[in-house]
Amino acid sequence: MSYTFALAGNQNSGKTTLFNQLTGSNQHVGNWPGVTVEQKTGTMIHHHHGKQTHLGLPSLGWWSRYRHGHDQADEAQELPKQYTDVKIVDLPGIYSLSPYSMEEIVSRNFIVKDKPDVVINCVDATNLERNLYLTLQLLELGRPTVVALNMMDEVRSRGDTIDLAMMEKTLGVPVVAISARKGEGLDELVGRAMELAEKKIMPARLDICDGAAHKALHAIRHLIEPQAVAADVRPRYAATKLFEGDEPMMEELKLSPETRHIVNEILVAMEKELGMERAAVMADTRYRFIEKLLADCVVPGADVQGSVSDRIDTVLTHRVLAIPFFLLMMLLVFYITFGPFGSWLADGFAALVSDGISMIAQALANWGVAEWVQNLLVNGVLTGVGSVISFLPTIVILFLLLSILEDSGYMARAAFLMDKPLRKIGLNGRAFIPMMMGFGCTVPAVMSARSMNTQRDRRFTIMLTPFMSCGAKVPIYALFTRAFFGGNQVLVMSVFYLVGILMAVVAGLILKRFMFHGDASPFLMELPKYRLPTVRNVARELWDKASGFVKRAFTVIFLATLVVWFLQTFTFSLQAAPNVEASMLGSIAGLIAPIFVPAGFGNVAASTAVLTGIMAKESVVSTLAVIAGVDSQSAQMLTAIRGVFPSTLAAVSFLLFILLYMPCVAAFAAMKREMESGRFAFFTVLSQTGLAWLVATVVYQVGRLLGLG
Amino acid sequence: MTEEKQMSLADMKPGESAVVADVGGTDALHRRLLDMGITPGVKVVLLRTAPMGDPLEIHIRGYALTLRVDDARKITLRSIDGKGEAHA
Repeated sequence: MSYTFALAGNQNSGKTTLFNQLTGSNQHVGNWPGVTVEQKTGTMIHHHHGKQTHLGLPSLGWWSRYRHGHDQADEAQELPKQYTDVKIVDLPGIYSLSPYSMEEIVSRNFIVKDKPDVVINCVDATNLERNLYLTLQLLELGRPTVVALNMMDEVRSRGDTIDLAMMEKTLGVPVVAISARKGEGLDELVGRAMELAEKKIMPARLDICDGAAHKALHAIRHLIEPQAVAADVRPRYAATKLFEGDEPMMEELKLSPETRHIVNEILVAMEKELGMERAAVMADTRYRFIEKLLADCVVPGADVQGSVSDRIDTVLTHRVLAIPFFLLMMLLVFYITFGPFGSWLADGFAALVSDGISMIAQALANWGVAEWVQNLLVNGVLTGVGSVISFLPTIVILFLLLSILEDSGYMARAAFLMDKPLRKIGLNGRAFIPMMMGFGCTVPAVMSARSMNTQRDRRFTIMLTPFMSCGAKVPIYALFTRAFFGGNQVLVMSVFYLVGILMAVVAGLILKRFMFHGDASPFLMELPKYRLPTVRNVARELWDKASGFVKRAFTVIFLATLVVWFLQTFTFSLQAAPNVEASMLGSIAGLIAPIFVPAGFGNVAASTAVLTGIMAKESVVSTLAVIAGVDSQSAQMLTAIRGVFPSTLAAVSFLLFILLYMPCVAAFAAMKREMESGRFAFFTVLSQTGLAWLVATVVYQVGRLLGLG
Repeated sequence: MTEEKQMSLADMKPGESAVVADVGGTDALHRRLLDMGITPGVKVVLLRTAPMGDPLEIHIRGYALTLRVDDARKITLRSIDGKGEAHA
């Protein structure tokens, strides 16, 4: 017998930590069918130790039980082993089950249609009032439910006491105190969940309405009961949703116009009596129920006011200090990632990779492998994939820092600070995170745009992220700086990054005006308490990102390098090309080179680099090196580059083009997926390339007129 | 609409507290405001505004929520109290 548990809870409730604790490394990340909402599933590793515990008691009781839980494992094998085959589906972090966001819709559909055996509701015990609002809605769905009061360690250290037994009685479902961070209470949680699954214990009937609201709900329920039964929906749940004016529920029940009319009449009468609109009545009813529950179950400790988090915020979101601090944070992130430490790590790793490649090349030569195979493996596959893999340390550091900022709660503040400027270009504060990531790698940046609420916001954000100069372009800037700008790297890079941001602003204004009319979706965001990120969560996040990156390196980029290798090794008559210029790639580059004449770099070498840059930006430098027949790290490389670009102006024009033109194929693939439209993705990369050409050409021509070329 | 004449959450100054009278907005916004705990009769404290004056950060039902001035205008208030009782 196998079970499915759904894990539901608010954002910032520690749900991810709980999921990681319950599933360990047995996770699978995918998509909910048909929508770009991430679906995480995993196999439960925490096993039920068999000890049935009575209703949870506050603090010491459950914790000492947990402490001894492991020792008791062998004496407590009451449950057959097969029951431990449990799949956990992590639902998106949501605040409600209203029909206005994809996250909420997939969550409610999963619980109602897929009928998980148990719903584990992860609740932030330090923030009960709002967290229990979702709990009440989950209980309406009528699946076996256990409430996991998370962060109980913080509740205790705050001096609050929660009467778990009372809460269980009031809610009519098991309530378990846990601390996902510390791994406390998980055995009991799993135990209670298994018990619910085995015995199929439904939540007790919970009546939260009173007065006119109760009458109205009752009347609606009676009215629509046959339709609800026919549609296989719980009448109570259906009635509550109709009460709230939930359109999808009206569709689902296939209510006749007459019935709809009667439902509306009932609600209008109630609204008149209460002087409040229907959705407000329901929200108010739920919150009043919670207020009463908390009054009965929670004894607040001494220090209600002025938590550490509030005090941190008086500085970090201070009217005057916030922006300087924010800029300092971002600078620090970049300094660590791209500064001495980051480059030392990146260079070291790159050297390691290149040593590895030489060793394999040597081994292949020693074994007497056919020359073309050697060529394919070494110059095609290994060099291509190697150049991308060399980029791994930079990605890892950047994501490490960003996920620390995210987990600590600072990213929400950054979104708070950046909302107004981003709003001017038609986005909201949340778009800040994908933009920030874009400086590392466009692929995960595009993927992180999922945190945006609507498809419009997602597409819009994704269209702008490639303007954030990605980390793979750093070696290009570095090489050109040495060749043309006397090694003034920080200044040159800053200028190019700023140009990218500026172009994003311009593109944003244009897109807002002509493509994405109106405003971004409402910006209502919780500012979570500051918390120390846990090593486990950060490591998990890092592992997901890094392994995803490596996987891509070996699929999309692998294929891309093969294609490039093939094109640059053979001529159109499939003869081995004597040099790159004579190859298919060189011939194609020769065809497109005239396009770049107005921009000042209309030669075969530069055009070839532009083409290979579409496969991976790292290839731009290596292509130029291969064509020149020199090692990219050598001094001759600088001379070779100066040969390709006759003037500094031409070099600047080329760099601008590289900065702005279409992102690499891996990014394009991600864009297509996340935008849910190939047409949109094509439009994006084509317009970016067009814009890049325009900017490069204008700069080159104006520069020439000014006598700079 | 009479909404303009009434005091709204956007009229509050940092440190002030107030009681919500009515929650406006259409469809998704209206519902989202209610879901996040902004219901008629609830007490809110305006903690601060972002450095550029928008969005706002309010304290409500034991947590901190940020919303834009435009959306805050749709939340009318019964009365605004001074800094005296700055906890909701």
